[in-house]
Amino acid sequence: MDPLIEQYVMFGVVGAVALVTAIAMLTSRSAIYSALFLVLNLCSIAVFFLILGGPFIAVVQVSVYAGAIMVLFLFVIMLLGAEHTPGEQHLPWQPAVAILLVIALLGMTGFALWRTMPTWAATTSTALVELPGSPEAIGKLLFSSYLFPFEVTSVLLLVAMVGAVVMTRDTK
Amino acid sequence: MNDVFPQVLPLYLGLSAVLFSIGVIGVLVRRNAIIIFMSVELMLNSANLAFVAFARYLHQLDGQIIVFFVMTVAAAEVAVGLALIVAIFKTKKSINVDDISTMKG
Repeated sequence: MDPLIEQYVMFGVVGAVALVTAIAMLTSRSAIYSALFLVLNLCSIAVFFLILGGPFIAVVQVSVYAGAIMVLFLFVIMLLGAEHTPGEQHLPWQPAVAILLVIALLGMTGFALWRTMPTWAATTSTALVELPGSPEAIGKLLFSSYLFPFEVTSVLLLVAMVGAVVMTRDTK
Repeated sequence: MNDVFPQVLPLYLGLSAVLFSIGVIGVLVRRNAIIIFMSVELMLNSANLAFVAFARYLHQLDGQIIVFFVMTVAAAEVAVGLALIVAIFKTKKSINVDDISTMKG
């Protein structure tokens, strides 16, 4: 099979899932459904990561995003009983203006992509080089060039944890 | 054998831009604070997709490392953000962002 057609088919199938679930997340009335559609969307992005040669990143995406973060979301939704919020708009013209502005944003992004496309084609690599996004390669890079950001990240997580505990604590 | 990926890269970047725009619409239109948060997650993910696509295009792993950092920052952001939402719900009994307008001038 022609590798280009293969790439197009893979992109089309997974991209359609990503797009449909994103729109469904945006439009569904119940917050639970939104969260579940977002899980599907994150999983489809994880499949993209696999296609793009990042198995480690794909697994981290599923376990951290779809596993940890979305469970936290669902927990809070059910804790607060906030499945259905009254959808009344205080500003009735806001959705129309928002969609117009976002179409403008999308147009600008598309224009920027279209303008820079020729330079990408010029730098086309000739040989198919394997991209080993394996845990070993990622780990080596993480603990050599990116050691300082990695340590800063651990401090950030600690600060976030302490902050979350302090904010939800009963101050009686 | 030629690498055909450069011809597919614009598709990935286009999808990333569209997903980002859907996230922006979510933040601007929805009034439920939790759904606004989920839209922010969607935007972070679309940026991640662009990072990984470029990592594949340039045959460098740095893009994937950045995605790793974005994920940890997103996790921290969600923990703090949801704690904020719970704290607001305790005092206001609502997570509709239109009800949280007491600082309006």
